[in-house]
Amino acid sequence: MSIKVKIVSPEKVLFAHDADMVVMPGSEGDIAAMPEHAPLMLTLRGGVVDVYEGDVVMHRFFVAGGFADIAPTHCTILADRALKVEDVSVDDAEARLAALEKSYEEADKMNVPALDILMDKIQSARAEIEAGQSAIPAMSI
Amino acid sequence: MASLKELRARIGSVKSTRKITSAMKMVAAAKLRRAETRAAAARPYADAMRRMLAEVARSVAGEGGQPALLTGTGQDKVHLLIPMSSDRGLAGAFNSNINRTTRNLVLKLQAEGKTVKILPVGRKTYEFLSRDFADLIIGHRHLSASKEIPFSSATELGEQITSLLEKGEFDVCTLVYNRFQNVMTQTPTEMQIVPLALPENDNTENADVASYEFEPDEATMLSSLLPRNLQVQLYATMLETAAGENGARMTAMDNATRNAGKAIDRLTLTYNRTRQTNITNELIEIISGAQAV
Repeated sequence: MSIKVKIVSPEKVLFAHDADMVVMPGSEGDIAAMPEHAPLMLTLRGGVVDVYEGDVVMHRFFVAGGFADIAPTHCTILADRALKVEDVSVDDAEARLAALEKSYEEADKMNVPALDILMDKIQSARAEIEAGQSAIPAMSI
Repeated sequence: MASLKELRARIGSVKSTRKITSAMKMVAAAKLRRAETRAAAARPYADAMRRMLAEVARSVAGEGGQPALLTGTGQDKVHLLIPMSSDRGLAGAFNSNINRTTRNLVLKLQAEGKTVKILPVGRKTYEFLSRDFADLIIGHRHLSASKEIPFSSATELGEQITSLLEKGEFDVCTLVYNRFQNVMTQTPTEMQIVPLALPENDNTENADVASYEFEPDEATMLSSLLPRNLQVQLYATMLETAAGENGARMTAMDNATRNAGKAIDRLTLTYNRTRQTNITNELIEIISGAQAV
């Protein structure tokens, strides 16, 4: 029993394969998609998607927010931006984080929706840095 | 009649024009292939997005207080037009089709007493529309300076549209773009993007399954899906424009190459006739000179 996993970014299909379990960073907490999961749609925060085959993490992807569609037989992740964890550039992400934090400082503190969006972006950049730093041990598993 | 020297120069210049047009055709063909690949690669995301949106919209259908992106502002007074052309010319009627369609649409809407605002995308349509409707244009952007169109350019345009809607700057938004039918044919198409015409729910993969649950709730989900969907649609039309531009250029340059070939044939014929006439004339002169002696 396995589920069809698809990770799609706006530009292309990044990954399409069968897997036993997918753990993804939902905006309200991590969630695992397994075969026969009840149909669920959720929004994602920035973080790492782990694709399990058996008990082993076979693939790790960083996604910068997005949506996921979980169904009994398939799981589709629509990522705003997605890349393999090995390809994450910590320096790039740190530069982006610094720029975001600066614009957060300068932003209008009364404009709550805009601040929320900035906060989400900052969270996503932090998660990317974390993912990039963890990439090396993850590959040795 | 033109002198032999002039004819030689004309033939030479048409020959180099033919070289240029045939090179442009080759380049356009290569770019077209790349653009088509990219358009195909972007389709799975758009499909999945459409399915999700249809699913969410179905479960909130009938509830009040839905986002303006889906239902509009409830009015029909101010129209925002987004014509999408290429940045560069020499692509046959590709850009002038867009320009003509947009102008007719503007005049039609104005005749109906609506206010029109224009946000052109692509240099060619901006230049054209700023002659006739300079006061209606509220901004413009170029398609892309680089070879490939990044998704971020669609994101920026989408965010601009969303913020204009939030400020109540327009009620209805229509996109005018060239739909890519095949390499030869691109049809100028008007597509309303705000309020959104809801896509058909073709989520057949799990039609018999109990309805979805949402996390967070449907309304939040919808309000984050809709702007993203708008961006995806814009991205798709941008890619289609890029593919169509190169298809149109390829066809136009193919015609130009063929016409240049015909012109060369015609000029060569004239050249040879003129040369022959000249020789005949010279011979007659020599012979009649010899007879006179």
